[in-house]
Amino acid sequence: MGFQAVKFYQTGTFTVGNRLLAPDERSLQSVETRSNSINSGHRACQGCGEALGARYAIDAAMAESNNQLIAANATGCLEVFSTPYPESSWQVPWIHSLFGNAAAVATGIAAAMKVKGRPEVRVVAQGGDGGTTDIGFGCLSGMFERNDDVLYICYDNEGYMNTGVQRSSATPPAARTATTMPVGPEPGNVFGQGKNVPEIAMAHGIPYVATATVADLRDLEYKVRKAMKMHGARYIHIFVPCPLGWGTASHDTIRMARMAKESGTFPVFEAEYGEVTGVLKIRHKIPVEEYMKPQRRFAHLFGKNAHPETVARIQAIADRNIRKYGLLEDEGN
Amino acid sequence: MPNKPFAITLKPGTSLANLTGTWRTTRPVYLDRLPPCNNACPAGENIQGWLFHAESGDYEQAWRVLVQDNPLPAVMGRVCYHPCEGACNRGQLDSPVGINSVERFLGDEAIKLGWKFNAPATASGKKVLVVGAGPSGLSAAYHLARMGHQVEIHEAGPLAGGMMRFGIPKYRLPREVLDAEVQRILDMGVTLKLNTKVENIALSMKQHGFDAAFLAVGAHIGKRTFIPSGDAAHIIDAVSVLRSMEGEDKPMLGRKVIVYGGGNTAIDVARSVKRMGAEPIVVYRRTRDKAPAHDFEIEEALQEGVMIKWLSTIKQADAGAITVEKMALDDKGYPQPTGEFETLEADSVVLALGQDVDLSLLEGVSGLEIVDGTVQVSPNMMTGHPGIFAGGDMVPSERTVTVAVGHGKKAALNINAWLNDATYEPAPKHELAGFDKINPWYYSDADKTVRPMLDIIRRQTSFDEVQGGLDETNALFEARRCLSCGNCFECDNCYGVCPDNAVIKLGPGKRFKFNYDYCKGCGMCATECPCGAIKMVPEET
Repeated sequence: MGFQAVKFYQTGTFTVGNRLLAPDERSLQSVETRSNSINSGHRACQGCGEALGARYAIDAAMAESNNQLIAANATGCLEVFSTPYPESSWQVPWIHSLFGNAAAVATGIAAAMKVKGRPEVRVVAQGGDGGTTDIGFGCLSGMFERNDDVLYICYDNEGYMNTGVQRSSATPPAARTATTMPVGPEPGNVFGQGKNVPEIAMAHGIPYVATATVADLRDLEYKVRKAMKMHGARYIHIFVPCPLGWGTASHDTIRMARMAKESGTFPVFEAEYGEVTGVLKIRHKIPVEEYMKPQRRFAHLFGKNAHPETVARIQAIADRNIRKYGLLEDEGN
Repeated sequence: MPNKPFAITLKPGTSLANLTGTWRTTRPVYLDRLPPCNNACPAGENIQGWLFHAESGDYEQAWRVLVQDNPLPAVMGRVCYHPCEGACNRGQLDSPVGINSVERFLGDEAIKLGWKFNAPATASGKKVLVVGAGPSGLSAAYHLARMGHQVEIHEAGPLAGGMMRFGIPKYRLPREVLDAEVQRILDMGVTLKLNTKVENIALSMKQHGFDAAFLAVGAHIGKRTFIPSGDAAHIIDAVSVLRSMEGEDKPMLGRKVIVYGGGNTAIDVARSVKRMGAEPIVVYRRTRDKAPAHDFEIEEALQEGVMIKWLSTIKQADAGAITVEKMALDDKGYPQPTGEFETLEADSVVLALGQDVDLSLLEGVSGLEIVDGTVQVSPNMMTGHPGIFAGGDMVPSERTVTVAVGHGKKAALNINAWLNDATYEPAPKHELAGFDKINPWYYSDADKTVRPMLDIIRRQTSFDEVQGGLDETNALFEARRCLSCGNCFECDNCYGVCPDNAVIKLGPGKRFKFNYDYCKGCGMCATECPCGAIKMVPEET
């Protein structure tokens, strides 16, 4: 992977900070002067992966742009929990317009900055998976196609969570949501539908596409900073577990993200101009079952009326990811 | 915001008005848990504490933390059987941290660079007599001196060290290492009187005006057993053999030496006589897994060519030969005779069947209780006679250097309290930081550094030290394998993973604190803390 992984300093680069590393080798999140772009007092649920992912990403973008950053936000959890009238958690210039137009709003801001002769001001757009993969998809694709100078960040928690956990096109197969009930011969969300937006973004041939998780902070920061160094349309898809929607313990959010990556369920990679240039390897491979079992949205696949064949299909998807992206260290390495 | 349109513009960061801490049902608290290594250390060392400094390359500070509990790190790093490593949580990941090898490195650095102990506290005006300059006595003397007491050690032998010198062979503990660490204790102002056997403890204390005494005479009398033997059979005890190795006159044992017993002393004798050119055979009545000797010592002995006859007892000893009977373990694991006999060539038989304590100095002392040849002490290490404390091999316990050092420290703390008409109350132990408290994901994968071993020919023919030490690079590496179980090492994880920015970073060395105004109690900090230094506790209602 791109950032320099430190081999052996007790915890190496696995932890947020590390007193044994030189200060400039530590993560941004370990520094007291991080911008805390999204401040305390926000109303995200306990253990919210999205609140965490947004702070990780926007703090990194702030640092890379010397705090000259404007953020456009789609409707969604992030918008709702951060700005209930009359409070805002944001400590960056931030704008919310509609559910589906965050990419277009950001494009407009970028164009305005260009006209005003303010090239130092950088623009990010952000939204959940609903606002990105479903509702805002047209605006997003347009932004990619025009190669507008915007970094779009999608926080993927695999469903519409603040409205009561409905299915999105990022909801995984077999998962229970309010709209994909665990009933019938093939309970939960259907197989073979939904979309892989990182790959669709790559298909636009834009300068940079990357995936990341809240469990790999150093990788996430590296990718945001790298994206901010580039111009044109860029897309980062961050995996942010949702305790409420997934039925997991609030303290397990990072653990779930880690297991998604370690099982191959969520491949972590980066791509430039449509070509994969790096992957974050699996460190200790686990079966998908280990990742799924703690989640109540998959509970119907286990226990008394188990569906091992469904679990096997999900395992096959993970195995395909591992093969396709080369997620395992080469043999003999 | 008077001039802004309604509900369109909000001030940055105004969510601070919303105190989300009210949502909380459980709260995170920082705590120090007891690392399993510290818990297992018979000398009561704060292992995690000194490794912490070694991790950052501050070896002198690491050594200073180490010697707060144990004044003999270079000795420890060679002879301790390191129960700490057996308890180490890292053992469940790959292999335990090489605590013992780092300890030796620190001890050797201290000798090389001439680090001295801090000067004792102001003089208390009290005098304490320590009887015996073995590990227990030296440890007690050191701690008492640090507390400001005037300490005098009376040693019956010609040199300090006790069993460290007269029991442990040179190939495990080079004497210059021992001498250096003893001298450093004496440099604190401790008086050592050699060749001074205390014949009567009560009399000695009275004559020289000692306020208290610590007895640590060890167990130097080799146990005998009855072996039917002819007049010409050469039977000698292991302690005498090991002691005579130290002198000019090496023991005359012949070529075929039978060592009877299965403890560490038996192995020490066998390995020593092997180095003198003899052919030792260890005879032990039970099996290897039942032998009290440490398995690595048995393994090293076998590598060096020591023969071991398991499940055998000596029935008869004659000039030039012994008869052994084969044994078989019964259902309960006890050896039972089988009636099968075998004759082995034997120029001499060394009995390594344990040792007894010479209790003659205690004659006439009131209030003492002696059980099975050892002096009974209360939990504060005091014998039944007020002001007389005892420790080491002469009290009932496991007989190792490390245990003895621990006794010395514990006795010193209690003697100090007793001299001040107080009672020593040890701080309550923290809860144990078991492996279930660790989040192993965060630690780099790294196998233990193996210490170099002397080549086999030199091991068989010389008393050169068998096990080598680590150099600076691999000692640092080894220290950094420590998981810091139960004790914050400032990795910033809690600070980073809190979705609510509710962790306040207090700066290097000052750790963190929670901002309970905003902490929602999700518990992510506790789950993602690598070392288990955060605990979730129910919120009071």
